[in-house]
Amino acid sequence: MASTTQLPVPPSSATGSVAEKPVTRTKGPGRLRPNLLGGLGGWLWLAIIIVPIYYVVITSFKNQAGFFTSNPMLPATEPTLDNYKLVLENNFVTYFTNSLIVTLGTVLPALLVSFMAAYAIVRGKGRFLSLTNNLFLLGLAIPLHATIIPIYWMITRAHLYDTLLALILPSVAFAIPVSVLILSNFMRDVPNELFESMRLDGCSDWAMMWRLALPMTKPAVITVGIYNALHVWNGFLFPLILTQSPATRVLPLSLWTFQGEFSVNIPAILASVVLATLPLLVIYVVARRQLLSGLTAGFSK
Amino acid sequence: MTSLGSANRGVRDAGPSGWLAAPALFFFLAFAVVPLIGVVFLSFTSWNGLGEIKLEGLSSWTTVLTDPVTGNALVVTAKVMFFSFIVQAPVSLLLGVFTAGGQKYRAALAVLYFLPLLLSSAAVAIAFKALLDPNFGLGPGFHLPILAQDWLGNSDLVLFVVVFVIAWQFVPFHTLIYQGGVRQIPTSLYEAAEIDGAGRFRQFWNITLPQLKYTVITSSTLMVVGSLAYFDLIFVLTGGGPGYSTRLLPLHMYLTGFKANDMGAASALGVMLIVIGLGLALLLQRLGGKNRNASQLEGA
Repeated sequence: MASTTQLPVPPSSATGSVAEKPVTRTKGPGRLRPNLLGGLGGWLWLAIIIVPIYYVVITSFKNQAGFFTSNPMLPATEPTLDNYKLVLENNFVTYFTNSLIVTLGTVLPALLVSFMAAYAIVRGKGRFLSLTNNLFLLGLAIPLHATIIPIYWMITRAHLYDTLLALILPSVAFAIPVSVLILSNFMRDVPNELFESMRLDGCSDWAMMWRLALPMTKPAVITVGIYNALHVWNGFLFPLILTQSPATRVLPLSLWTFQGEFSVNIPAILASVVLATLPLLVIYVVARRQLLSGLTAGFSK
Repeated sequence: MTSLGSANRGVRDAGPSGWLAAPALFFFLAFAVVPLIGVVFLSFTSWNGLGEIKLEGLSSWTTVLTDPVTGNALVVTAKVMFFSFIVQAPVSLLLGVFTAGGQKYRAALAVLYFLPLLLSSAAVAIAFKALLDPNFGLGPGFHLPILAQDWLGNSDLVLFVVVFVIAWQFVPFHTLIYQGGVRQIPTSLYEAAEIDGAGRFRQFWNITLPQLKYTVITSSTLMVVGSLAYFDLIFVLTGGGPGYSTRLLPLHMYLTGFKANDMGAASALGVMLIVIGLGLALLLQRLGGKNRNASQLEGA
């Protein structure tokens, strides 16, 4: 079973470098002559990507009358911030805080337990650890969201329905397989001699884990953290089935409920889309490279 | 205690205790493995989500397997899987190669290409719902009647609209994967080809594509298996409609369980989803594994 599920990460990942290396390309396909076909396709795809984003942004600044009368593709003649005000007055801050709590509450424990497990799997021996590893690998191949009904049953039985903890617990579990896989791939690259010399100095495994393995795999830890954070931040299914009230609502679900509350007020609905995306956009502007490498996690290494 | 410690130090290759893996194992067992067993168990019961769970034998399975909506959901899922792959794979490959180029304008375009990655599926669905409105969206905006279709209300069109929106959301991700793959190809290969006088197309066909073999396998697997997870986007965009025309298997499972309150049948659908997902992953692994061995031999 193990070998069947290792597919998502190409074998080169084992030899991939621990540190992020900036890739510089001085020469490549299409340097000598302009690539007309590629260029044309590139600009066409840009239009496909930009038109919806442009439409969402300009519409979010229109008032309702302007939305119904003006050309949908032209910016508002009298831009207004009323839609943003309306969204912010409708518990947006609560939803944002909830998303933040669930994201951090998932990612930090998931990173901690996955890192410890990855360390044990790479450095340790024995049937127990190899079985554990195989179980996690199996988890990669199974569409885990197909288990939402028993999860719903468990959460209601534990009286956790409609709490943020209900979102955190299964999210941690679902984050573990891919986190362990990527972290252990990177941990295998740490030279064995370093562990040996620390061992000779009398260091325990616990100390080696924090003082050697963690610093050496820090880029991977950050990458995995970003990958999980994005998935949890944008997650929709667990909030939909495990929460109900506005007090526990997270951002993606709030977009859906705004749709019901604002009904025909499309500019306000789109303003909520912009506001919900803003935090990630800020991160994208500030730390694009880390965010993008986090998105593909180990997949492109 | 001290003697034990020194004894441990003597055994150099003992390695860390398996207990370090216990917390992760506990979480995974409790919230992934137990539910996995639970979904199989619940598929043999009847439960409305609130009351008692009653053992019912195979009745949920008979309901699900004889329900034409299930068959339809399987067909729609297969269609979306197929068309998504046909659209996304070549576009992501070309964009990946394109953005891997060193030119400044390409780097600038790439920054914009990856914007959809920041949006949640719910946000993408809501944006397209507004944009595709025949009265206040694309059509009147560009004064093109052909764009003013009832995109989401026409059961002949809606499937392709869904495929398009899925591509809009996921092509950037696969572009990123291909971009990473292309950047790992040694430039010396292209320099040699240049000297041999190979044109751009020959270089793409004879160098880029074979070198991207692993990347193609990875990306394709994620695309195919990932299409079993399209839930939130379609739930918000069409709700499965009009009629049953975009009711994919995951959505069918959700609606059966949480809207029709038939958790037994929904669990049976969940089991089907797991079996199909696992089967596809195994199949693709087998195809990929063969390629992997073959390319290793070539490299030797």
